[in-house]
Amino acid sequence: MSGEHAAAPPAGVEQGSARPIVLLVGNPNSGKTTVFNLLTGSNGKVGNYPGITVDRRSAPLKLETGTLELVDLPGTYSLTSRSMEEEVAVDAVLGRGLPAPSSVVLLADATTLRRGLYLATQVLDTGVPAVLAITMMDEARGQGLELDVDALSEALGCEVVPMVASRGEGRAELLRAIARAEARSGTRGAAPPLPPALEADLAAVSEVVERLEPHAGLSEARESARRRSFAAWALLSLGDDEIEDVGAPLREAVSERHRLAASEGRKLDTELVAARYARIDALLDEVLRLPKAAKRPLSERVDDVLVHPVWGLVVFALVMALVFQALFSWSEPAIGLIEAGVEVVKALVGGALAEGPFRDLLLDGVIAGVGNVIVFVPQIALLFVFVTVLEDSGYLARVAFVIDRVMGGVGLHGKAFVPMLSGFACAIPAVMATRTIESRRDRLLTMLVVPLTSCSARLPVYVLVIGAVFSGSAKVFGLLELGAVVLFSMYALSVLAAVGAAAVLRRTVLRGPRPTMLLELPPYRRPRLRNVAFATWERVRRFLVDAGTVILALTIVLWAGLEYPKDEATPARLAPLREAAAAIEDEGERDERLSALDAEEKGAALRHSIGGRIGTAIEPAIEPLGFDYRIGIGILGAFAAREVFVSTLGIAFDVGEADEQSTSLRTALKTAKRRDGAPLMTPLTGVSLMVFFVLACQCMSTIAVVRRESGSWKWPGLMFAYMSLLAYGAALLVYQGGKLFGWG
Amino acid sequence: MPTPPNGSQDPTTLASLANGERAAILSVDCARPVAVRLLEMGLVPGTEIEVLRRAPLGDPIELSVRGFSLTVRKADAVSVSVARRAPGARR
Repeated sequence: MSGEHAAAPPAGVEQGSARPIVLLVGNPNSGKTTVFNLLTGSNGKVGNYPGITVDRRSAPLKLETGTLELVDLPGTYSLTSRSMEEEVAVDAVLGRGLPAPSSVVLLADATTLRRGLYLATQVLDTGVPAVLAITMMDEARGQGLELDVDALSEALGCEVVPMVASRGEGRAELLRAIARAEARSGTRGAAPPLPPALEADLAAVSEVVERLEPHAGLSEARESARRRSFAAWALLSLGDDEIEDVGAPLREAVSERHRLAASEGRKLDTELVAARYARIDALLDEVLRLPKAAKRPLSERVDDVLVHPVWGLVVFALVMALVFQALFSWSEPAIGLIEAGVEVVKALVGGALAEGPFRDLLLDGVIAGVGNVIVFVPQIALLFVFVTVLEDSGYLARVAFVIDRVMGGVGLHGKAFVPMLSGFACAIPAVMATRTIESRRDRLLTMLVVPLTSCSARLPVYVLVIGAVFSGSAKVFGLLELGAVVLFSMYALSVLAAVGAAAVLRRTVLRGPRPTMLLELPPYRRPRLRNVAFATWERVRRFLVDAGTVILALTIVLWAGLEYPKDEATPARLAPLREAAAAIEDEGERDERLSALDAEEKGAALRHSIGGRIGTAIEPAIEPLGFDYRIGIGILGAFAAREVFVSTLGIAFDVGEADEQSTSLRTALKTAKRRDGAPLMTPLTGVSLMVFFVLACQCMSTIAVVRRESGSWKWPGLMFAYMSLLAYGAALLVYQGGKLFGWG
Repeated sequence: MPTPPNGSQDPTTLASLANGERAAILSVDCARPVAVRLLEMGLVPGTEIEVLRRAPLGDPIELSVRGFSLTVRKADAVSVSVARRAPGARR
């Protein structure tokens, strides 16, 4: 569990604001987001729980009696801790480290009421005042289910409000019920008794809890219910876990009870869970009438096609191709527009300011940096529209189901597929899309390997190098261009590297219990436009605010590093040559001479800058890879974004402005010599350079977004370290190995 | 061997049930975190399940339990003991 427990704030009051807290608790797919938006009229503000990266969404909840704070807990199936999200849910409900709630809104999907009540009764047993909202009542009626709401309410000891949240039905009733629950503040009776043996287990652990755990400042009845719930949590959660803030005596008490139970031939976990389901089954036998002849649900019939052994794969391929196409191509016009817009702003601002260092900083540092941030927005927005639609419709779970065999083979979760695929367009939205994966370990693993997938920013680098060293080469088997084969190999290498890295990381830094994929395949449902828009905007906003600021700052630092200190000597040295060139009669010849001088000056300025000097200083380190100092400078510049490698290289090779199709840059590369006079850009150097770019973490935006999504610098640090080592090692192997075979 | 009540018979594992077969859970014997989650998703002893299908590539398995669909990897399903219901047997 997370957080500090020494000084729990008073019950129901959020730190920083005086509003009592109402928690929204429910299973994934129970319509929680819809209800949250319905109750608060907004998608709220999203922050983090202290110290961890679980989103904490909250918004003011206005009742006639006053304003409360509605906090949306992560969707969970139980109050047992196996993931960080579940720990947050437990902490929030029990008021452990976090302020205790003044009441709870429980959500249960009417079509899966048994499972929903498992969580709901767990929360009710903590003694907190609560209201149970039953969602999807329309679907349940459609299936012929009949629910006796009053009897259920009577049996549970809390108000029950039937809802069709998507149509807003039940909103007013739920708001009134919350107000009544708040007014009653905790008078519900104790949880029904369990079999004596289990009661003894709970009592033994409760006693330790009472000694160890701080009180939440509640009434004695609630404190006692809370201790019992805490004991049940401990018995199911402690053992082979990574929960940090639990005292040794509690652990000992729990393992003692498990040992004792085992010695009597009892299975404590099974008994605890089965007892709760027995209670729920008995309850629902009374209040829920099932249809006499159940027809097969529509979703199951749809799945006969959508996850059919053959058609399932076809549909899967089509949907994934659509997502990728959108990310790769449909985002192009918007990206082009943003880039053009940045140029326009630069021209406008530049025209209004006098030349000088401030203007350079503003244009090439700040405005370019802002451009570097918003250029990601189209892809992020597109991906999240798709991901939210896929998730809300229920198909995303099927995607995971269909491809899990492949992903699971290397220790990845089925849900890692969409992020990995997106990575081939851009790692930034892809890293953000890992949020669909519930378990933190699975999510981190995916995040750490996604940047190895060959993103579209690497393509200009491949195109430049292949154009320079493989164009016009012989065809392979008289069919394929050698360049095409090389390009394909780079993509294959990137897949192999991602898969290999996942397998290694899973066995080392992210070692843990055997990964699994217990995934609910929810019924197909129509996605709500409002939810899709909210979710997409939320992701874009968080990216701009959190990752965007880091990217902007890094852009400015990198710009300054490649700009300063200024080179005074070269312009002075070239001044007489400029005068001579300006005097040339022929206009064409004059322009050519002048731009050559410009290019030379820019090249000298770059080499004079800190970045240039670092690039030169690291030459001995990158020489074994076949690179020289100019490529070194290019690699440093590429940290802004990989495609910047090409333009930086243009300057470093004294050809001025260049892109990956520039013949001038290609020629410069082809004719470039090392210091000893040997040609620089042999095919072997080219392959070594491309392999380096496949594997290296040459992208500060990826680092910024991984920091944001993982919540610390530790993970992007690890990612940068392992990818850099991998890139260096592989390029070294290629170049030195190739030379050994005499290919250099 | 005496026939257990409810027409159940033939103890086996969840992984060896064919598509469309029904069974009752006997015990969940996986390692801890997976076992607790399987139990909490409703696979407690006595619960009836039906294997709906396998993923196109053969793994995981999709089952129907307590009115919803759940996917379980084969590696976990081999540790869940079930009693196969005779074809057509109804409670």
